[in-house]
Amino acid sequence: MSDLETFRAEIRAWIEANCPEEMRRPVQGEDDICWGGRNFVFKSAAQKQWMEVCAAKGYTVPDWPVAYGGAGMNPAEAKIWREEMTRAGARPPLSSFGIWMLGPALLKFGTEEQKVHYLGQVARGEIRWCQGYSEPGSGSDLVSLQTYGEDKGDHWVVNGQKIWTSYADKADWIFCLVRTDKTNVYQGISFLLFDMTTPGVTTKPIKLISGSSPFCETFFDNVVVPKSQIVGQLNRGWDVAKYLLGHEREMISGAGGGEQTSTIGKVLTRNGLDDPMLRAELAAFDIDALAFAAMGEKFLDEIKVGKAHPAQPNMMKYAGTELNKRRHELLMAAGGSTALEWESEETRGGAPSRSWLRTKANSIEGGTSEVMLNVVAKRILELPGA
Amino acid sequence: MPLYYNEDQAMLADSVTGFMADEGGIKKQLRHWRDINCKDGFGHALWKQFAEMGLTGMLAAEADGGLAMGHVEAGIVLAEIGRNLTPSPFLTTAVMGVTALKDASDELRGRWLPGVIAGETVLAVAIDEGAKHRPEKIACRAERAGNGFRLTGAKDFVVHGTSADAIIVAARTSGSDSDADGVTLFAVPKDAAGIGHNAVRLVDSSIASHVRFDGVELDGSTVIGEVDGGRAVLNKVLSAGRIGAAAEQTGVGGGAFAMTTTYLKTRKQFGKLIGEFQALQHRAAHLYSELEIAEAVVIKAQQLLDGGSERAELMVSVAKAKAARVCNLAVREGVQMHGGVGMTDEYDIGLYMKRERALTEFMGDANYHAERVAQLSGY
Repeated sequence: MSDLETFRAEIRAWIEANCPEEMRRPVQGEDDICWGGRNFVFKSAAQKQWMEVCAAKGYTVPDWPVAYGGAGMNPAEAKIWREEMTRAGARPPLSSFGIWMLGPALLKFGTEEQKVHYLGQVARGEIRWCQGYSEPGSGSDLVSLQTYGEDKGDHWVVNGQKIWTSYADKADWIFCLVRTDKTNVYQGISFLLFDMTTPGVTTKPIKLISGSSPFCETFFDNVVVPKSQIVGQLNRGWDVAKYLLGHEREMISGAGGGEQTSTIGKVLTRNGLDDPMLRAELAAFDIDALAFAAMGEKFLDEIKVGKAHPAQPNMMKYAGTELNKRRHELLMAAGGSTALEWESEETRGGAPSRSWLRTKANSIEGGTSEVMLNVVAKRILELPGA
Repeated sequence: MPLYYNEDQAMLADSVTGFMADEGGIKKQLRHWRDINCKDGFGHALWKQFAEMGLTGMLAAEADGGLAMGHVEAGIVLAEIGRNLTPSPFLTTAVMGVTALKDASDELRGRWLPGVIAGETVLAVAIDEGAKHRPEKIACRAERAGNGFRLTGAKDFVVHGTSADAIIVAARTSGSDSDADGVTLFAVPKDAAGIGHNAVRLVDSSIASHVRFDGVELDGSTVIGEVDGGRAVLNKVLSAGRIGAAAEQTGVGGGAFAMTTTYLKTRKQFGKLIGEFQALQHRAAHLYSELEIAEAVVIKAQQLLDGGSERAELMVSVAKAKAARVCNLAVREGVQMHGGVGMTDEYDIGLYMKRERALTEFMGDANYHAERVAQLSGY
């Protein structure tokens, strides 16, 4: 047996022995995800157990170095890990913006001390992070952001407002873009980290068309941030921000097995479907979903060895989110009037319609589809004036 | 296995890319043979060069003098054939024909494979009966006669049919037209008495035949595999042809896209390069995204097919359907973005549109494969 085959056998056996039965059922919406953090209430003992047993082995972040809480897997091993998790139907033991977004940025730009401290907390599910990027006047034009950090010697005093801060009301810490030089647009932003319990930080959930409130307005009123809590260089936070956005877009795209990559035709027709036109649409969707799943696999393979174009996450985000919106349009169409129910037992409290509405944000959050196409046109296709 | 080329495959891609651009280019091959109204629609000298490059025997077993490579490697060649619109019998001969012969007797392999590998023999495949690809139904009959068979019926869309030294024919040896069993594959030599061709030039300048078999006498040695058990072989030939056509389509789409983005960067209107207009930028970026996805699913299906995966059949249909849709978008956008000159014979973009149409129809169009995806998925 080759080393990788041995590794696969070990991983398979480990998942078999350690993943509780309850954690092998599909996640039912965002409330059912294990987010970790100081105030996180586990939905079940199994959820807690699965996170802890994985964290102890570094499996919450399998491809991070062991010193930062990971398992130190190389790309081939990490791929086997993903394949075996999928095979077992096992849920991710821990999901967080710390893993998907802050982690990669810290691994690239953080100091050794920051990596050991912050990454370890993320890997163990101790600290839940949120992202302070968008502002009321700075959406697609993010770089125009106004939240300002005044230099006070050994600290900054931050004032301003963020918006669309996902789960700000539930997060423990924030990674935040703050203007530290008003005279330079791109090179006047710093990437700061601070505790959400710092005096002067307040959050206000925003009620969405789906009825839920995953996003907040976040206000900073004379928030003191020590100088040690900067990632990367002063005024060069945009470099960190862009790098992190690549990972955010990768995450939203669903590359590597998100919901959008799974087929729906079989499930939606199991009770019979007297609608040949819809069946044809489902088949067309399944083709696109399976093709995108292959794209996700290829993208992850290539990115790990530096073969992917650096702007490729923008393409992935565009394609993945547009696909996911289409997926939910079809789920609604197949569900008929039942899927319209906003509050009923049969729909688990209107899950189909609420999820459908939630997906409309997919092609807005983290950079709109239109911005993604702009980036592809400019950086990959090198079209003039883009 | 990662979804990118390994070192050997990357080397192959390098050499094939150069070779096809130099020797298989549009002016040198497609336009040349088209403009002299060549009866084959391709050049035999180039086929010989394919052999010298080691391409003709890629899929054949080493024991047969081949290189025992897989569909990933064949796809590398086909993508470059697509990018250059190179007319050649590679797909019908080196991919589908060789795949069929893998299940043939020593005698039959010995009869045809050396010529194929040497670039001297051309094979065609006769499956379709009617204008649409419906291989589930085979009415062309081979009845037992003496020690052999007598073949009667008609086949359509037999690409390179008149150029081929042998035609691999899927015929019914028992049962009724729609039965899965009872199909047998024959390697029918071109000089067998009773074969009638109605050769026609297609929109892409390739030559395909309507072939009639009027009681063609075949001896038992022409049977590929088992009598009545040809469906399994046929399925392999179909998968090889489908994933091959899909790979070629990613090349056709990629070639059309490259021409189009070049045009966007050079053509000026309203005092600007037209590539500066966001309306065109977004369409180009969308097309890029679709082409990337099509390439990914094609290599995924090739790997599954080479690995003998049980998911291969499904993913081959996914790849064929996706590649067809995306390549079609690429050529439509290509002609539209070229504006008036896109409609002229002088510009190559229209040639891409023509080839796309022919490849889409070959071995099942996007709707056919969508239906298959639904059925194979259980709905």
